[in-house]
Amino acid sequence: MAPRAVAITSAGLVTALVAIPLVAVFDRAGGIATLNAADWAALRFTVWQALLSALLSCVFAIPVARALHRQRFWGRETLITILGAPFILPVIVAILGLLAVFGREGMLSQALMFIGLPRIHIYGLHGILLAHVFFNLPLAIRLILQGWQDVPAERFRLVAQLGLGPAAMFRVVEWPVLKKTVPGAFLVVFVVCLSSFAVALTLGGGPKATTVELAIYQAFRFDFDIGKAATLAVLQLGFVGIAAAVLMRLVGAPKTDVGLGREQVFLRRMTPMRKLLDLLVIVVVASFLLLPILSIVAAGVFELPSLPSSVFQSAKHSLIVALASTALCLLFALPLATFKLGQTISLFGFALSPLVLGTGLFLLIQPYANPFELALVVTCVTNALMALPFAVRAIGPAFAQINADYGRTADMLNLTGWARWRWLYLPRLRRPIGFSAGLVAALSMGDLGVIVLFADPDRATLPLQMYRLMSAYQMEAASGAALLLLMLSLGLFWIFDQGGRRGFRT
Amino acid sequence: MALELKDLLLEKGDFSLTADLSLEAGSLTSVLGPSGAGKSTLFDGLAGFLEPNRGSIGFDGLDLAGLEPGQRPIAVLFQDNNLFPHLTAGQNIGLALSHKRRLSKADAASVDAVLERVDLGGLAGRSLSELSGGQLSRVSLARMLLLDRPIWLLDEPFSALGPSLKRDMLALVKEMAGEVEATVLMITHDPSDALALSDSAILVADNKVDGPFNTTALLADPPEALRRYL
Repeated sequence: MAPRAVAITSAGLVTALVAIPLVAVFDRAGGIATLNAADWAALRFTVWQALLSALLSCVFAIPVARALHRQRFWGRETLITILGAPFILPVIVAILGLLAVFGREGMLSQALMFIGLPRIHIYGLHGILLAHVFFNLPLAIRLILQGWQDVPAERFRLVAQLGLGPAAMFRVVEWPVLKKTVPGAFLVVFVVCLSSFAVALTLGGGPKATTVELAIYQAFRFDFDIGKAATLAVLQLGFVGIAAAVLMRLVGAPKTDVGLGREQVFLRRMTPMRKLLDLLVIVVVASFLLLPILSIVAAGVFELPSLPSSVFQSAKHSLIVALASTALCLLFALPLATFKLGQTISLFGFALSPLVLGTGLFLLIQPYANPFELALVVTCVTNALMALPFAVRAIGPAFAQINADYGRTADMLNLTGWARWRWLYLPRLRRPIGFSAGLVAALSMGDLGVIVLFADPDRATLPLQMYRLMSAYQMEAASGAALLLLMLSLGLFWIFDQGGRRGFRT
Repeated sequence: MALELKDLLLEKGDFSLTADLSLEAGSLTSVLGPSGAGKSTLFDGLAGFLEPNRGSIGFDGLDLAGLEPGQRPIAVLFQDNNLFPHLTAGQNIGLALSHKRRLSKADAASVDAVLERVDLGGLAGRSLSELSGGQLSRVSLARMLLLDRPIWLLDEPFSALGPSLKRDMLALVKEMAGEVEATVLMITHDPSDALALSDSAILVADNKVDGPFNTTALLADPPEALRRYL
């Protein structure tokens, strides 16, 4: 098959994989009238928590981004790199880490009790917000920091030359940066939080803290009411779809590759007070992000040798699912990244939530086979589709650049079809392919989404097994599993990303 | 046999260029003209990167217009990005012969021989980052020789080299083109390059291609457009 045929086939396949389950969901869904008060409450809560999460993330991100921009200190680059890590951090691991710091038995509660104050209650809205800020604050910081780094150095020189005071400085430099970056960051976080499932599953629940995604799951697993799940899925699809469309229109697809940027002269003299405040902000944020992870490492390291075999069994499942969905995602991403319509098709994953897709796949499989037996296959396909936009975003621009640089030479040599892929595209795409593969593998490894719908005791993935251990209050084993999961996720990312960098000749 | 542009019209956005001329096969011709006059547009049209809106490009009884770039009897040396940096010198040259994963013994021998011909004997296994600018030009020329196409288009390929290296490369081009009787067109900004290449030149100015002229005469008494530029 020629590359063009493969591209068209991939586009058709991805569209079908998304559209057919959606048709099944629509077919099964009841009308709006079948939604009850609890469902509407879930919808309101979903939007409300997403708004608050976005607001808090942006409010905290502004001073941090500013401090990171104007201060130079040891470990700054590392810290900015680490800000990219929550993206590939398994949600369930981060939640266990947050519980270790902010939970009832956590460090902070202990400290509060020590000075005679009550413990913190983490479950409910504030727990969800805490987790969402943990995941999205770094993203918001990076987006706003990028805005800072895009300010031309001349403007800072001008400000210094004119001797502008803080108020004028704000008007001339800061306000334009914020105006350009904050709305986009807000929207990205908002959309991400609308589809939050794993966080709501672990920290939310109950009538007061249930998201629509969680309601789909509950309709599925507890009420066995698939029609209701389908109706909720349509609701979820509707408002996430609208929000995602608004996001694309306003800011384009979210970036995952915010670099360190180039070095800038920052000429304003810092008062010691300002410098101290900036460093304080940085220390607080770094602690907020690092303490939960460090506590996982500290608690898990002694549990690793005594982990139950069920954990290793599920880790094996997760590894297989992660590698298979990485392969599948790249098989789709490479051809789709080469043309505009393909790039658009790849974005379906943004508008779609795993549980909506999962509900649809369940409905499709049910008449023919036992969906629970196909849990791992469904998870693999869903993860591939969910990660597809990120892979295409990484590969697409690189592909266009290769053609801009070497397309004519290749044309002149009559280098077409697969030969062009072998001699030109694949070797030059090594880095973005490695990066994407690392991203997909880590995301899939840590995924706690559709597997929860389909799971049975024999077919757990590692994140699910970890969630079960937590639910059974086996916290020691859960910590060990968390560390294992953390190492596997980051390890997979590292191996693939390095694989792309190594042996790449510029 | 000749390269004949008949009533050729090339359009790129608002820009248009007409050409009506005939160049003898095996001749060497400099392409002169102000910046932005359309020298590269002319090459794009010849090489197949730009479809002509009208007219024909005749060579050897064949109309080239409408053929894919890789199907035309034309080899191009671009200003840059002629070589794939992830491949070795030998692999780059080998692409002129075959796109298979491995070269046949005979093809590999041809690659070694052509490297020898451009004074880079034994360097087939070198990665491009290990070669100097002059050596890279030689690798490109070696591939051009091996492509075995009768028309060579050179778009200021040596402009990044120093004067003496550039002279060497021009001499090499002339020598090699003579051996295989290639028809060569070379864009240049430098009158001394034009004189060094040959006594024939064409002028691209005022939306048309004119010539061929005698290079010395053209440079001694340039038309208005070229005079302003020089």
